[in-house]
Parts: sequence; C-alpha cells; structure tokens
Amino acid sequence: MPAAPPPPRKPNFAWSLLRNSWRQLTSMRTALVLLFLLAVAAIPGSVLPQRAVSPEKVTAYYTQHPDLAPKLEQIGGFAVYASPWFAAIYLLLFTSLVGCVVPRLRDHFRALRTVPPDAPKRLERLPQHAVVEERADDPAEAAQAAASELRKRRFRTRVREQGDGSWTVSAEKGYLKETGNLFFHFALLTVLVGVGFGHWYGWHGNRILVEGNDQGFCNSVTQYDESSLGPRVDAADLPFFCLRLTDFQAAYQTTGQPKSFDADVEVQTKQDGPWKARHFTVNNPLRLSQANVHLLGHGYAVELRYTDRFGAQQTKVVPFLPTDGLFTSSGVGSFPDVNIDPKTNKRDVNLQVGFEGVFVPTVDPAGGATSVFPAENNPALFLTAYRGDLGVEVGNPGSVYSLDQGQIANGELKKVSGDRPQRLTPGQSWTLDDGTKVEFLATRPFATLAVRYDPTATLVLAGAVVGLLGLMLSLGGHRRRLWFRISPRDGSGSLMEAGGLPRTDYPGFAEEFGQIVGAARGPDGGTP
Amino acid sequence: MAELSNQLMAVTVLSYLAAMVLYAAEYAFGNKSHIGRAAQRPARQLVGSGAPVPPSADDVEVEEAPAPAVRDRGVLLGRIAVGFNWLAFALHLGTVVTRGIAADRMPWGNMYEFTLTVTLVGSAVWLGVLTRKPELRHLGLFAALALVMLLGADGLIAYAPVGPLVPALNSYWFIIHVSTIILASGIFLIGAVPAAMFLVRAGYDEGKRRFPYSLGAKVPEAALLERLTFRLHAFAFPLFTFGALIAGPIWAEASWGRYWGWDPKEVWAFISWIVYASYLHARATPSVKRTVATWIAILGFATMLMNLFGVNLFFSGLHSYANAGG
Repeated sequence: MPAAPPPPRKPNFAWSLLRNSWRQLTSMRTALVLLFLLAVAAIPGSVLPQRAVSPEKVTAYYTQHPDLAPKLEQIGGFAVYASPWFAAIYLLLFTSLVGCVVPRLRDHFRALRTVPPDAPKRLERLPQHAVVEERADDPAEAAQAAASELRKRRFRTRVREQGDGSWTVSAEKGYLKETGNLFFHFALLTVLVGVGFGHWYGWHGNRILVEGNDQGFCNSVTQYDESSLGPRVDAADLPFFCLRLTDFQAAYQTTGQPKSFDADVEVQTKQDGPWKARHFTVNNPLRLSQANVHLLGHGYAVELRYTDRFGAQQTKVVPFLPTDGLFTSSGVGSFPDVNIDPKTNKRDVNLQVGFEGVFVPTVDPAGGATSVFPAENNPALFLTAYRGDLGVEVGNPGSVYSLDQGQIANGELKKVSGDRPQRLTPGQSWTLDDGTKVEFLATRPFATLAVRYDPTATLVLAGAVVGLLGLMLSLGGHRRRLWFRISPRDGSGSLMEAGGLPRTDYPGFAEEFGQIVGAARGPDGGTP
Repeated sequence: MAELSNQLMAVTVLSYLAAMVLYAAEYAFGNKSHIGRAAQRPARQLVGSGAPVPPSADDVEVEEAPAPAVRDRGVLLGRIAVGFNWLAFALHLGTVVTRGIAADRMPWGNMYEFTLTVTLVGSAVWLGVLTRKPELRHLGLFAALALVMLLGADGLIAYAPVGPLVPALNSYWFIIHVSTIILASGIFLIGAVPAAMFLVRAGYDEGKRRFPYSLGAKVPEAALLERLTFRLHAFAFPLFTFGALIAGPIWAEASWGRYWGWDPKEVWAFISWIVYASYLHARATPSVKRTVATWIAILGFATMLMNLFGVNLFFSGLHSYANAGG
C-alpha cells in the first residue's frame, strides 16, 4: 500500500474518485484478484488449440465445431495470450504493481538512510525482553560492548547517550528482505518489457530443408514455409544468410524410438562469401550472429522423375510429411508444366499430371502402406496418378502437400491409375496408361528448421534470474529491531535491559534474541 | 532390474499403506498429542463452566488416570508407524534407483517415473519434518494417505515400461529442469498436507464438528500447522520458479527455439506459479485471513495435480513424451 497522499484542501469529486480508484487498484486485494483472473484467463489457452502453437489443430477444430469456432474466434479463443482481455488483465496487474512498488521503493530508500530509532520507553512491552541485572563496567563501556556485538552480527547500530546518564543501543537488521522484494517486482517489470520488445523486434520462420546443394535456402520471407515478423520488423530487415543441408543422420533404437538427430549444414553469411560447414543437433541450435536455427524435426523427401508423352523429363524433390511416429509419410508430386507439344509450345491444362503418394521407410511385411520402423530398411512408395487440370492457375493458395481436392471432386482432375496405389521401390519406374513414365529415383532426408531472432531473450533471462534472487532474499529475510538500555547502578557497574521486535513473521527470533543478549552479557557474566 | 523395480514399487505402496493404517490406529486408539491435549483443555473448561462445579480431585483422577496406559499404546503404534514409514521410504528409494539402473539414465523420463520421484521427495521431506518436530506425528496419517493415493494412481494410470529417452530429452538441462521441478513438487505435495489439516483444525477450533473438521481433534495446534505450511511453500516456491520459469525456458530456447510458447504444460506451470504467488502475497497481507491464504495454497496444489495428470492425459503438446504409457 502506498502512503496516503495529503488530503486536498477542497473536496473535489473527480479528484477523490481518481484517488480512490488508484488506491483501490494498487491495494493488495485488487492485486490478488487480478492474479487470480490472470490464472483463470490462462486456462482456455490450454483447452482450446492456439493458432500460434498449432495452427493445424485450429483448422481441425473449425471442421469439428463449425458453429462454435467462429464465435470463439471472435472472443480470441484461438489466440488467448494475444487477446485484448488477457492483455487487459496483465496490464492492470502491472499497473497495480507499479503503484505498489514505486512508493515502497521510495520508502525503502528512506529507511536505508535513517538510523535505527531510539529505544522505546518500556522495553518490557516488546515481544522479546530480557534484563541483565549486574554488570561490572559502566554504562558507556557496556553500550559499546553491546553495540560491537550487534555490529559483528551485521546489525545497523546506533549508540545514544541519554540525559539521565543511561545509554541506549538501537539496532536493526533485515533490510535485504525489502530490497529483495523490490528487486523481485522490478525484475518482473523487466521481464514484461523484455517480452514486449522481443515481440516487436523479433521474427521467426519455419522451413523444411531437404538435403542437397540444389535445395538450399536464403533468409528471406518468401523462402520460408511459414514466417512471422514482429510489428517493428520489415521484410528487408532480415539479415543475409543462406543454408544448405549436407547431411542428416537419425539414429534409432531397435524399438524404433529415436536416439539422436544430427544435422550438418553449410552456411553462407555474406553475399558470394564462403560456405562454412556447421553441425547442430536437437538441443544445440545453430547460433548465427542475427538468428538461431533450431532443429525441430525431420522426414523424407521423395525424388520423382516424370517423362511426358513428348519425351521431356522433369525431376522434383518433394518433402513427404510424416503422419505417424514411424514415418509413414504422405505428399504429392505435381507436374503442371508437362506434356507441352514442342511444335506449338502450348500447355494443355488437361494434360497436367499429379501424384498422390504415401512413403514408407520400412514396409510392413504383412502388407499395407504403413511403416514399422522409422529408418529406411525396406522403403516403398505407394503412388496414385491423376491427370487433368491441377487447378494451380486459378490462383488459389493450394497446399504443396496435397492435390486440390476440389478439382478431383468436380472431375477436372481424374484418377488414371487403378484402384490400388502403385507400389514402387527406389529405382523402379511406372508407365501410366498414356505411355508416360514416372520414376522413383531415390529419397533424401529433410530437416524441419525453426529460424528465430529474439533480441531481448538475454534481458528476459537476466530479469528472471534477478527476480529469483530477489525472491529468495524476500522469502528468507527477516526484518527485526533490537534495543539495549544500560543504566548506571548505585555504586558501580550498570544494569542492562534488552528488548526485541520482529517486524515480520520470524519464528526463530526468540532464539536469536537470546543468543545476542547472552553474548552482550559478556564472559564475565552478570546475573540474569 | 526393471522387474525388480516393479516388485519394489508394489511393496513400497504396501508399506506406506501399513504405515498409514498404523498412523490411523494411533490416531483412533491413542491419546492426543501433547499439543493436541494442551489445546483441548480450555475448550473442556469452557464446557465445564456451564455447570458450576469446582474441579474436584475425582475429576482430575478420571482425566489423568487412564492416560499413561492409553498413551503408551498410542505411542507404540505411532512408533511402529514411523518405522514402517522409514521402511517404505527405503523401498521407495530402491524402486527409483533400480528403475534408473534399468533405464541407464535418471529415472525421470515419463509421467510414471516423474510421479515416482516426486512422491519420493515428498516422503523424504515428510520424514525430515517428522525428525525435526516429532510432535507432528499425527500428520503422518494424512501424509501417508497422500503418498499412497498418488503412488497408487501413478502405478495404475501412468505405468510405462522402461525405455530410453527421446533425443529432445538428451540434454543436461533435462537433469536441471526436471530435478528442480521434482523437488519443488515433492515439497508442495507435503506442504499441502499441513495446509489441509490447518483448515480442518481451524474449523474445529471454531466449533465445527462435522466430518472433516472432527479430524481436527487430534492434529497439532493450528498455528504450528500454518507455520509449517508457509515454510514448506516458501522453500518450494523459489525452486519451482527456477525449475519451471528459468531452467525450463532456457532449455526450451535451445531445444524448440523459443523460451516460452504457451504449451499446455507451460500454461499450467504458469497458473501454478501465479496461484502460489497469490498464496505468498495473501499470507503476507494482514487483512487476508490465514484460512483464506491457506485455501489458495490448496488450490495451488490442485493446479499442480492438474498439470501432472490432467495435462498429460487430456492435452497434447510439446511435453507429450511425459504421457502415460509413453
């Protein structure tokens, strides 16, 4: 709670409303309510599919719940953590936090500069109290002895001589608790700001990279399968680098469980610069100066060569996406620019060719187009051929992983193979009904890469670490005050009285108080 | 070795069950703990004040005479219970170690192994608390109950045969991230026991006598339970912060390319963190009642359970290798 501001001279409705609202917002109760709201608001994001995490699941949700999905979309159900209501909660929470910790910072600075206050009149009223009846030395010496004992224990100590010949020693310790508390809360603000800037100035892209020098890519938006730039990043801002996959190794247990993935790449970081070999694995990303390349997954790309009715050949390397953990993979090979009559040089859209395929690295000996092992022990490709209009001219953003099902449905694209898909092993070819030929040349591995640049990741990490240290200080520390009053006794020597006040919940205080009083009593004693 | 681990697991659950039954026997037949009795006295006097009869020597005799015999029996049962508790802990440790040897790695690769180790930490923390504060022995019934339920659920729902780690888990961050979360979860687990019993005891002290509150008659003093609850949570919270919000994101950055991506597991870790943070704030706020604060701690543990069982079984995400049977 911040200290209450001085009351305004004239009551002003708007001002008092504002002031009361601010007080309400920065109160601990409001903060608790907002914390709860934040926790509750986070739940839908784990129940509903999130577009930023798994867009394909959002699409699936749309097909399963066609009525509900658009309504959920409207209220941000598929982007909970970017929704205005989620932002409203955490922004209010952080406003409340600022309103709470800024006055506390001021108070703490003040507290750090003030000396411990003088002893209260009646020490016996404090939670801890002890009397040492008899000391041989005079009050001034006794006070210095007690003070040095307290200083040894890192108390902030002040010795005062009172008018009546008695001395008091005031001591306070545990400022680090509040220091830690403030560090923790300011670190949270740092993390929030860091995450925000990282979102604004960061970018990322995903890309399937097939092995081979002919399959490399360069860092630009158009070359990513999917990319997203922060609001303050322009496509032209992306740094230059090119990557090509020279080798990809996957090792498996005999059960088919993966053991390790290793990618060898060559990187070019300057236009026309040299290509440098680099190696990276699942947990060790390729760290470039302006981006990190992470290995997320892998699969097989199929190399198909099609020979059309005029004898022209085209070769395509098509990544097939894994559909299960044993790498049964599916994909398509589209050949829109084939069967062009060399005499007229005109393309007949009705003679375009497409293949739907399932690739299996190890065929089930019992039959069936599913894989029984993720490595290529007995690879086979199952192809279905289509001829007709692939629908690629219409300008609809078709997937590169499936044929246009609309074209098949409306008869523009006709199946020209038999009921069962044609099975091919690497090197085999298949002649279609019109005499054209497709060859399954080979497979190549591909790696699924995530390329990401986050300028504030280090800042966020630093914030989190400072926050944790602050948290530990704040939870482990105890603020407490101690006082000694030493009065002269009749004759010689002095009488010492001690009192202690824990300013926070501190169960071990009685013990510490006892130790300090015992130590301050000194080796020569004095009767308790 | 894997077979041995499975057999040890069964014996472990039985031993915890035996400890639980013996704790329950002490609870039912034995006398109240010292603190329990001390706290009971004012209530009894209050009842007595309705009938203005001065306490006579007879009353005192009736109260005190059977006590030594009953207490001896109770103490004996309690000591046997603690013995079984230690035995169960040793077997539990054996289960985890043999599992690790069988898999040739840290036994934290899936949900079964994770829960097995969390409960081991919980058991260790409970025995540590018990050794330092023997007067808390009456909590043993509830600590053992929690362990038996979690281990039973683990064996029934989450059991998975020994297997190697998927490549994504093949990192030293695996040990750092998972071990701190296991430690924190184990302490939160044992923290939830005094939290629940504090609520029961607080209700009992207010005069409630219906079922859950009737258990409060014999548990330790409310303030003691409340303080223990706080200390366990205050210890576990930074560990959880480190494991879930620092080590986890560092590893996620290296492995998945982003330090935070709202994966279901991350969402629920975030929720647990927020709820436990609320508990610590509520407890530090004088205007919030301690019972309210403690309810928040219970809620925090519920979110941890949700993250362990609910997220693994119902949602799929990047942490799916922790799945049951996976």
